[in-house]
Amino acid sequence: MTPLPLYHQLLDACAALLLLLSFAMLSQRRVVTLVNLYAVQGAVLAAATLLLAWRTGEGHLYLSAALTLALKVAFLPWLLHRLIRRLEVYWDTEPLLNVSGTMIVGLVIVVFAFALAQPITRLTSTATRSAIGIAVSVVLLAFLMMITRRKAMSQVVGFLSMENGVFFGAMSASYGMPMVVELGVALDVLVAVLVMGVFFFQIRERFESLDLHHLESLKERE
Amino acid sequence: MLLVGCIALLLGWTGIGLAGLLRPRSVVLAGRFLFPLGALLGFALAGLAAASLLGGGIERLIVPLGLPGLPAHLRLDPLSSVFLVLLGASSGGISLFAGGYFRAGEGAPPGLLCLQYHLFLASMGLVLIADDAYSFLVAWEVMALSSYFLVVTQHRMPEIRSAGFLYLLMAHVGAICLLLSFGVMQGGSWLFTFAAMRAAHLSPGWAAAAFLLALIGFGAKAGLVPLHVWLPEAHPAAPSPVSALMSGVMLKTAVYGMLRVGLDLLGPPVWWWGLAPLILGLLTIFYGVLFAAVQTDMKRLLAYSSVENIGIVFTGIGLTIVFAGSGMKAVAALALLATLYHCLNHAFMKSLLFLGTGSVLHATGERNLGRLGGLIHRMPWVAWLMLIGTLAIAGIPPLNGFVSEWLLLQSFLFADHLPHEFVNLLIPMGMALVALGAALAGYVMVKFYGVIFLGQPREASLAQAHDCGWLERVGLTWLALGCLALGLFPLQVIDALGAVTRQLIGAVVPQASPHWWLLAPVPGRPVSYGPLVFLTATLAVVLLTVFGVRLTYHQRVRRGPAWDCGFGAVTPRMQDTAEGFGQPIRHLFQSFFEIERELPAPADRAPRYRIAIRERIWRLAYEPISGAVERLANTAARLQQGRISIYLLYSFATLLVLLAVALLS
Repeated sequence: MTPLPLYHQLLDACAALLLLLSFAMLSQRRVVTLVNLYAVQGAVLAAATLLLAWRTGEGHLYLSAALTLALKVAFLPWLLHRLIRRLEVYWDTEPLLNVSGTMIVGLVIVVFAFALAQPITRLTSTATRSAIGIAVSVVLLAFLMMITRRKAMSQVVGFLSMENGVFFGAMSASYGMPMVVELGVALDVLVAVLVMGVFFFQIRERFESLDLHHLESLKERE
Repeated sequence: MLLVGCIALLLGWTGIGLAGLLRPRSVVLAGRFLFPLGALLGFALAGLAAASLLGGGIERLIVPLGLPGLPAHLRLDPLSSVFLVLLGASSGGISLFAGGYFRAGEGAPPGLLCLQYHLFLASMGLVLIADDAYSFLVAWEVMALSSYFLVVTQHRMPEIRSAGFLYLLMAHVGAICLLLSFGVMQGGSWLFTFAAMRAAHLSPGWAAAAFLLALIGFGAKAGLVPLHVWLPEAHPAAPSPVSALMSGVMLKTAVYGMLRVGLDLLGPPVWWWGLAPLILGLLTIFYGVLFAAVQTDMKRLLAYSSVENIGIVFTGIGLTIVFAGSGMKAVAALALLATLYHCLNHAFMKSLLFLGTGSVLHATGERNLGRLGGLIHRMPWVAWLMLIGTLAIAGIPPLNGFVSEWLLLQSFLFADHLPHEFVNLLIPMGMALVALGAALAGYVMVKFYGVIFLGQPREASLAQAHDCGWLERVGLTWLALGCLALGLFPLQVIDALGAVTRQLIGAVVPQASPHWWLLAPVPGRPVSYGPLVFLTATLAVVLLTVFGVRLTYHQRVRRGPAWDCGFGAVTPRMQDTAEGFGQPIRHLFQSFFEIERELPAPADRAPRYRIAIRERIWRLAYEPISGAVERLANTAARLQQGRISIYLLYSFATLLVLLAVALLS
């Protein structure tokens, strides 16, 4: 068995880091740390993109890497930290499912994701195709995190992390989406976070808390 | 050229409606200016359509509007022309009346009503000239929505809102059936123009399915039993000009659609299709007239009478299809003629009656027959003009209602040569039902007119009743003249309708008599009708009697109280009431009604008698359906937990399932 080239090994390491960070986020209850983990995830993603850009020589991947760095490592975490300070939500309350339970469900999901990614892996010819399973896992784990959290802030981080997974998936399956789509998605994420920030203030003003179980009172009564 | 004119007039109606928004609260702008202008456009439309009908040609036009790849196809042929004449001429009278009728402070502002009303008119016109399924259905829905908003003009009253909802619901059930019907009729070509549907060759099963769907769809709009339930709710809820327009004109657009689909788009009809509209129509006649007989609300009574008349029309459609499918073209043409004639008649007489009830309602504030009476002294214009409408709808010669019912009975009499044994057995029973319906309609109308206008006022407040204004009088007079003209000159009308029977059946009703005043539609049989002769004879008898009485009478008038059998305390409340007049029918046909009655105890100091009559169909058909829908909805509502986590879990589970499916396949 020939050893893999170095860049490939590095890419795989990045992918593994991403998955690890996803699990870390799944278990983390401090909101500030959650945002930091998100920023680190963004940084790893940017590094992987850069590596791939250098290796394949695709010009637009450099641009994506720069965009990722600016948006996901710098701007969005800064925005979220500011929101946390102003809303004073440093901790999430006890998740709906306890941490160890969540972890076990997460493991099952990762297995499922790899099984799912297999047919896609066989079809594609990119160097990074082994990472597709990880990308799907990141998406599903982020989804799981959104389900188990009670605070709106953690759910936003989950949503953003899901987008990271989608981005990574597109990159490993076909060296990134077309530039227009990528720019569009980046803009969407930005706007979504801004809008959600406004929502947070509205929700807190109405219920004096960001705990989402208060929204249950909005259900139609019989 | 005529088609372009028609389109311009429809656009004109839309423009008038929009102009109403300039000063939405101004009664003067809408009432004195826009509504009469709309009436003029209506008359112009009737004129153009009549010219097209007499010319007998077909005009087509493609307007680049609508879906990509399917521009709006428009077409003016004899069938649409007849219904355009109906729309223009009767809506002209109604618009004139409406100009004097709508006032400020009654629900929606007049400018808004003006917009909805004229959109309603324009959409009905577009339904009639549409030549592809897309424009047809768009116009059909605009018609349903604009009339819905007109029905709920006084939307602050909860019962009016619920009546409006029922109407909208039935309209949509019907529209879904129409959508499916057109979907079947395109026959795999995926071209939704009517021309493509005419050319499509459907297998017999699919053609029958398309016909049945169209029957349900158009039947729901027309008010065919058992889909008629919205009529008795929506008509009393709507302002009177709107009731008149809906009952007089909108129901006829459904008849138009039925004729268009059954006799034109589906190609040569199969005879047994006709049995469905025939049997349902007969049922509708009987059902409608029975319920009309026991009503105590004058507009509900008229609504049930509309149901009955729609029954007559659908009976005619059924007969036409049975005959045409059996190859009996001449008598099919006769049945179609009776159908079209009855549509025209009903448009005029029912509009007249609904508008008259509007005047009564404005003058007295009462819809309940039990609180009216003796209004002929207070409202002579309305009373005398409505007498014409009442006689016409009761089928009294020489007015128009008689002509169409007579023609329909003639086509029944013709039917004994049908090549189908069972249908031959059915036909005499059908004829008996039509005759019974006509007789009971007469009974209903005696009650309607007698209780409102004759006798003594039942309430003291009726002394303040005033006659209607001049615009309303003009509108009513126009419609009454229409009833008279359609009754007195049947030959000319039949001549004009010949183009339609030629188009749809390929035959015309022959004129067997050499005289221009004598109608003899069946060659070789001694049946004929001369309305002018009848009128002359009646007038002569009446005038001679009056003259004779004047001549021999001693001219000394003494006024005194009527003999009260020595009872001494006769009050106007002792007159026969609407309930009392309808009692024999209620008693005879008890099993049809669901009656809830409260009788006072013998020793009751303040006795009150209350009776509520409901349709059994609510309990038998509609309540089970609505109950099932509600149970289903409640089951589905359990999905709504109110917790974001649960909602996210739904998406997550869906995603996982979909991915698993993708993985396994």
